[in-house]
Amino acid sequence: MSAASLSSSINVIRSASFVSDKSALVSNARPSSSSSAFLGSTAKLRFNPLSSPAASLRSSVVAAAAASNVVKEKQPKSSPSGSHLLITKEEGLELYEDMVLGRAFEDMCAQMYYRGKMFGFVHLYNGQEAVSTGFIKLLKQEDSVVSTYRDHVHALSKGVPARQVMSELFGKETGCCRGQGGSMHMFSKEHNLIGGFAFIGEGIPIATGAAFTSKYKREVLKEEGCDHVTVAFFGDGTANNGQFFECLNMAQLWKLPIIFVVENNLWAIGMSHLRATSDPQIWKKGPAFGMPGVHVDGMDVLKVREVAKEAIGRARRGEGPTLVECETYRFRGHSLADPDELRDPAEKARYASRDPITALKKYMIESNLASEAELKAINKKIDELVEDAVEFADASPPPRRSQLLENVFADPKGFGIGPDGRYRCEDPKFTEGTAKV
Amino acid sequence: MFGVVRQKVSAGGSPLTILGQTLPFLRAVASPLRSYSSAAKEMTVRDALNSALDEEMSADPRVFLMGEEVGEYQGAYKISKGLLDKYGPDRVLDTPITEAGFTGIGVGAAYHGLKPVVEFMTFNFSMQAIDHIINSAAKSNYMSAGQLSVPIVFRGPNGAAAGVGAQHSQCYAAWYASCPGLKVLAPYSSEDARGLLKAAIRDPDPVVFLENELLYGESFPVSAEVLDSSFCLPIGKAKIEKEGKDVTITAFSKMVGLALQAADILAKEGINAEVINLRSIRPLDRATINASVRKTNRLVTVEEGFPQHGIGAEICTSVVEESFGYLDAPVERIAGADVPMPYAANLERTAVPQVEDIVRAAKRACYRSMPMAAAA
Repeated sequence: MSAASLSSSINVIRSASFVSDKSALVSNARPSSSSSAFLGSTAKLRFNPLSSPAASLRSSVVAAAAASNVVKEKQPKSSPSGSHLLITKEEGLELYEDMVLGRAFEDMCAQMYYRGKMFGFVHLYNGQEAVSTGFIKLLKQEDSVVSTYRDHVHALSKGVPARQVMSELFGKETGCCRGQGGSMHMFSKEHNLIGGFAFIGEGIPIATGAAFTSKYKREVLKEEGCDHVTVAFFGDGTANNGQFFECLNMAQLWKLPIIFVVENNLWAIGMSHLRATSDPQIWKKGPAFGMPGVHVDGMDVLKVREVAKEAIGRARRGEGPTLVECETYRFRGHSLADPDELRDPAEKARYASRDPITALKKYMIESNLASEAELKAINKKIDELVEDAVEFADASPPPRRSQLLENVFADPKGFGIGPDGRYRCEDPKFTEGTAKV
Repeated sequence: MFGVVRQKVSAGGSPLTILGQTLPFLRAVASPLRSYSSAAKEMTVRDALNSALDEEMSADPRVFLMGEEVGEYQGAYKISKGLLDKYGPDRVLDTPITEAGFTGIGVGAAYHGLKPVVEFMTFNFSMQAIDHIINSAAKSNYMSAGQLSVPIVFRGPNGAAAGVGAQHSQCYAAWYASCPGLKVLAPYSSEDARGLLKAAIRDPDPVVFLENELLYGESFPVSAEVLDSSFCLPIGKAKIEKEGKDVTITAFSKMVGLALQAADILAKEGINAEVINLRSIRPLDRATINASVRKTNRLVTVEEGFPQHGIGAEICTSVVEESFGYLDAPVERIAGADVPMPYAANLERTAVPQVEDIVRAAKRACYRSMPMAAAA
């Protein structure tokens, strides 16, 4: 396929799933001045540093026009096999497997919750898999990911084994946080998943700090070639929070290697994004702070991946942060306790027809990257994996009582001195879990 | 106690007049009661903090300081004077006015092994960042089952200054000390400041370090041991500033100075008070406090913050729970007035504990007070 047909192959994916979406009408050159909430799903990548606020308005139009050229020109370099597709077969299968894992896992969580094995707050990611897979599959193990309470799939994409995530949700000792964190607080030091935060907006400064550490290690501690990047995932509601803006400012001020990814699924529990935000186009908030703001179709994993490659590349080269707004949708309610009555069924149907997994499957079959049978085999494999995870979690023991007092402090002397004058942590009853503190 | 003699209080207030009266008496009594030997050198609390920061930053390249005005302004209260020139802007960061943002950045950096020292211009501003102090710093080691420890220090002036009004005068010891996962320290003298700040920076857990603006300019004698760069005080152990046998007075931060003055006045009346400098609010050194009360049988707690659910409340309960049989008198609690801090100087004086209040409470505990109606 020639370069010209590349953009049409992107269009193939888009038009197949953009049944009645307003944004399908956009051509790549449309400037961002209309009042609709989502303007096209082309990446508006900005490559020239902003010299003045006036320049930003002009260059957004230029950038919009340039976007399609960029994607077209970039393509031949990114596929080593010489084909003109966006992904190789291996990459495609990897993406497919990761998204199917996310979907199957979340569906199993819903089942387990209604059977009483999972409890508390559980927030499912169905429908948004393209964002997690698109970004995280491009990261190294040393790169950090920070998420919100909707973090199961981010954990899975980053490499935390499904068994450990399921055990954590069941509150068992074999969970990734030994049952101490739960659904909303997934941490894995090994995989550099640093949360899992229940407060929206809380993860953004943490992610900025992780990016700060990467820069500090390179420049102050002189660790050669430390180019770890951090990706912060958060929602549309968070984009109105003060901490978000504070971090956009500081990340650009200090040119930190971070990518701010807004998973705009239009709803913050029952509050529609349009009712809560004065200017619903979140990507615009990037240029206001001097960094590129990009809007991408978050239901299309290939588009997300292209944008992610560029943003991650920028961060690794030390060019600073990027704000990426992904238009996506959650098929289920905010949490398993949410009756989800406020969302229009027609809107849900519209987005269900743009299911990222179905779209990728269609692309791969039509591009002859994989056969139906191969993809079905992956589905089967994932189903078995998730079943195994549930069995493992079921069979795992709950935490021992002595775990209650463990890990409050890294230095356990923080529990102070007991009445006998010795440190409390030295009391043998402390490790049995019967010490009174 | 020697510190009482050499006090150069930087803001006005009645303690000065009492100081003048008791000076000759104190000089005579001072020498036998000294708990350390020849301390020829004196150091202000400000210099103590500055030297501690300097030494820890030079010893460990992962330590960095961030806060408003810590760099080019040399510190809002000049605590970080000279550090920018010495360590450069990569390690002494002037931040924009974004407490929530930069505190979170500090916590994120701590997750990855750096050792930030986050300065709040006063702890009142920490309320803008309290989500990060409690939820992402204090609770993280627990929620991650030990995977992510947070070796961060939050420091800054706490409590009332002079005439700064209600929004700049609150004491946060009780709020932070009630949260598991945090360590809360409150130094009084220069020795405390140096030792505890070094311990805090080296500690692998989040530490809230409550200084006091009015103490920054005060000088205290320091021994050669204190000046050594490896000097460190243990977290969780209180110090008995003055030994006694009639009544136990506990205090922290600025109130230790007032308690020591009160102890001198009480000594003239034949009451030998024991003054405990808590140093560590969380973990609280209940062992020392209870041992002292079991010796003296009477307790007076002093703090500057609001009375309800304060530090004094916790100490009194601890003593009642563990040493009830040893108490000869009801426990006495002295705290700031239960009102936001007024501005007018005379009202401010009545809103913060004074030496007379401590003396009165101690006498009440010893059944030596004048008969009077409801106390202060």
